[in-house]
Amino acid sequence: MAITKKFMYLNRRSSFGTVYAIESLEVVLIAAAFEQDVSLAFIDDGVYQIVEGQNTDGIGMKNFSKTFHALGDYDINKLYISKESLEERGLSESDIMPLVYEDEDDDWAEKSSIKVVSNDELKAIMSEQDVCLSF
Amino acid sequence: MAQICGAEVDEEGFLVDLKDWNKEICIQMAKDDDVELTEEHWGVIDFLRDYFEEYQIAPAVRVLTKAIAKKMGKDKGNSKYLYSLFPYGPGKQGCRFAGLPKPTGCI
Repeated sequence: MAITKKFMYLNRRSSFGTVYAIESLEVVLIAAAFEQDVSLAFIDDGVYQIVEGQNTDGIGMKNFSKTFHALGDYDINKLYISKESLEERGLSESDIMPLVYEDEDDDWAEKSSIKVVSNDELKAIMSEQDVCLSF
Repeated sequence: MAQICGAEVDEEGFLVDLKDWNKEICIQMAKDDDVELTEEHWGVIDFLRDYFEEYQIAPAVRVLTKAIAKKMGKDKGNSKYLYSLFPYGPGKQGCRFAGLPKPTGCI
């Protein structure tokens, strides 16, 4: 019997310039392939990772922001965004990519995976996890 | 480094530069694995290439199966059908033929 643990990945850095963001996404997909209970948090500059309309043509790098749209198919549908981090950067939920999943238990209705939460709420969610990994 | 039709491949036979892919390479890879490509194989290969274009990743088998079921119907979106086409695994072998990287989380 496989053991399922609650994994939370904390994304704290912007997409490019360092490998943290893309490596985090890679590990997230691996955890999902092993059918773990995975959630993601976007804090600090990490909120830039899921901003809508990214274009990497000018820097010659892979635009892996598209990969976030695949997370729903991997049953990853708990994406928490820090409300404070958004506000500090002059961003709002409307600047974020519409990331969705299909709810198996609700006739495959398309639902949003994104939840904007306060840092206090995030703290509570983090304390429920078995493992938190910071990137 | 090993080559197929002039394109470099890694030690597991995956293309080093994904832009090198063409049908000739795909057919040669299949021939080396004793697989004769049919319309049904191409259906899955085209699907994998479209998936990669859209999401920038090679899907895990579980995800691939689900996605094919959604797009091409349940008779094709099941592992029995996919393994009958790609005996070494629709993820590993299928992605290699399609010129994709090895699926993330694939052992």
